[in-house]
Amino acid sequence: MASDHDQTGEADGINRLSASKWASLPIGRWLLMTVVIGWFALLILVPTIALARQAFAGGLAPLGRAMASEEFRQAFGMTLGITLVAVVVNTIFGVCFALVLVRQRFWGKTLADGLVDLPFAISPVVTGLMLVVLYGPDGWIGRHLETGGFRVVYALPGMILATLFVTLPFVVRGVVPVLQEFGVDQVEAAYILGAGRWVTFWRVTLPSIRWGLAYSMLLLIARSLGEFGAVMVVSGNLLGHTQTATLYVHDGIEGFRPEGAYAASLILAAVSFFMLIGMETFRKRLKASKQS
Amino acid sequence: MSIVVENLSKRFGTFQAVSDVSFEVPTGQLVALLGPSGSGKSTILRIIAGLEDPDTGRVSLTGEDATSVPVQRRGVGFVFQHYALFRHMTVRQNVAFGLEVRKKPKAEIEEKVERLLKLVQLHGYADRYPSQLSGGQRQRVALARSLAPEPKVLLLDEPFGALDARVRDELRAWLRRLHDEVHVTSLFVTHDQQEAFEVSDQVVVLNHGKVEQYGPPQQLYERPVSPFVAQFLGQVNVLPMKALWNPQAIDLKHIQEAFGSDVLNTEEAVYVRPHDLDIHREPNTRPCWRGRIERLTPLGGIVRIDLSINSDERLQIDLPRDQQLALSLVQGDDVFVSPRSFTPIGPPKQIPGDAAGTFYTI
Repeated sequence: MASDHDQTGEADGINRLSASKWASLPIGRWLLMTVVIGWFALLILVPTIALARQAFAGGLAPLGRAMASEEFRQAFGMTLGITLVAVVVNTIFGVCFALVLVRQRFWGKTLADGLVDLPFAISPVVTGLMLVVLYGPDGWIGRHLETGGFRVVYALPGMILATLFVTLPFVVRGVVPVLQEFGVDQVEAAYILGAGRWVTFWRVTLPSIRWGLAYSMLLLIARSLGEFGAVMVVSGNLLGHTQTATLYVHDGIEGFRPEGAYAASLILAAVSFFMLIGMETFRKRLKASKQS
Repeated sequence: MSIVVENLSKRFGTFQAVSDVSFEVPTGQLVALLGPSGSGKSTILRIIAGLEDPDTGRVSLTGEDATSVPVQRRGVGFVFQHYALFRHMTVRQNVAFGLEVRKKPKAEIEEKVERLLKLVQLHGYADRYPSQLSGGQRQRVALARSLAPEPKVLLLDEPFGALDARVRDELRAWLRRLHDEVHVTSLFVTHDQQEAFEVSDQVVVLNHGKVEQYGPPQQLYERPVSPFVAQFLGQVNVLPMKALWNPQAIDLKHIQEAFGSDVLNTEEAVYVRPHDLDIHREPNTRPCWRGRIERLTPLGGIVRIDLSINSDERLQIDLPRDQQLALSLVQGDDVFVSPRSFTPIGPPKQIPGDAAGTFYTI
């Protein structure tokens, strides 16, 4: 295992050039690398630094005040809550769906396989609209729910539904290839050794797909934390009531209260950064487990 | 009887994988299912294990009907071609798995795992992961794992198929010794006739999902019931009867009688094993074919000689190296080739006993 990590380390090392080598590079390669690094800096590095600079421009006090506010905490609480539900529901559903897609044969399988990706293809705003049409006060289903006193759109259930919809494909898409690679041999071996389906899933299948699953769960969390469009449409964006962190940022900019927006953005960016590190770790583990 | 298979049939879509297969495996024996790929041998094994359901037919294990018993409760051991070890578990955990799911006491599990790892000569490897073992070692772990719950029968699906030739040879001999020690009734699938011969007590030859012949290896070799069996079990030459030259008019009546018609002068062909042919420079009293040496291939102790008869029929002979040297045969020589025994192709008119396809001595 250790040697695998060393090898990937070496592979990364190709990009790290010492100063002396840099000077002796042919002009074409030099140009290419300059363009790539420059583009990267322009697009990703500079805006990130700009955000941090702007956020800390007035010192720490305004940031602290913004973070202490009730709306701020509610917005993040809401985002965390929605993300938690999305992770739990879509992980369970996603693993089940992947198992069905890989191991069962049924009519309409190709269609189901294709439709899983729909949330990736549809603009989140359109997703929001679809939910409003269906669950809104005048919608097909929403009409009946409303008379029953249950509100979906412009309330938390709608926001959860929107996030669930948008983040549905991650676990399915992440787990299907790992499951395909895993095959059924070990599962059959477990059955023959006397293990039932449930025991086999927990002791054989799940440990074998764990890195792929962890990786796709992180992607799911990142997407869920950053979701804006669909939630925007279905939430109604009621301050302190149906406002998530991203909506809070949006409001901060619109309402000329930039400190709050900066503070929220910084936190979101920091979380993303740590998740990137986590993803890289999981991806290496996944690669190592495939090689063994 | 430990395994009884009756009228088993299985269809995948339009492909008839197994059709009306019946055979029995006596208790304590090691039996091979031998056939080319697509002959249904793996499917039969998987049906016996309970991994596939047959369309029709019955499977009985140690006297009890097991056809509808779920795979977990059939009490079989199974060894996969690609080992199917649990990759995230150590060798010890792999072997213990079947005992743990049966909720055996911890001390018993530990003791048994130790014993099994000694049996497969891997006691120093208990804490390694499968990825740290060679192919042969992995397959031995798989074997220990399958034996741990003390199965009624052991099923092996091309157990040596993924190993390289030298390891395969070692492991075959080792499996045979292990079987003599443990005596668990075993059925194994192979497409390699030499493997089937080396390891098994009996061989079931399969073709197109049907049983062609069942018997001890030597019997199949000497008395094949069909051209398929004759050709599948080792090299065989197909030679034209008409070209056989019988200078002294040797009496071949016993063959004529078995086959009714005058096979010796017809367009019929016969099967001759490469080692059942004698080669000489001058014609003697025995019936022979005239041939020309096309190629000599030294293979260690023997020399393989490719000849042509009538310029278009091919013939192969395996000759001990010293005989080839004594005759000082070289490429391009004209020689005479006499069969010691052969089998006429096609069913004989009267079957003497059960020796339908016996290689007739001349």
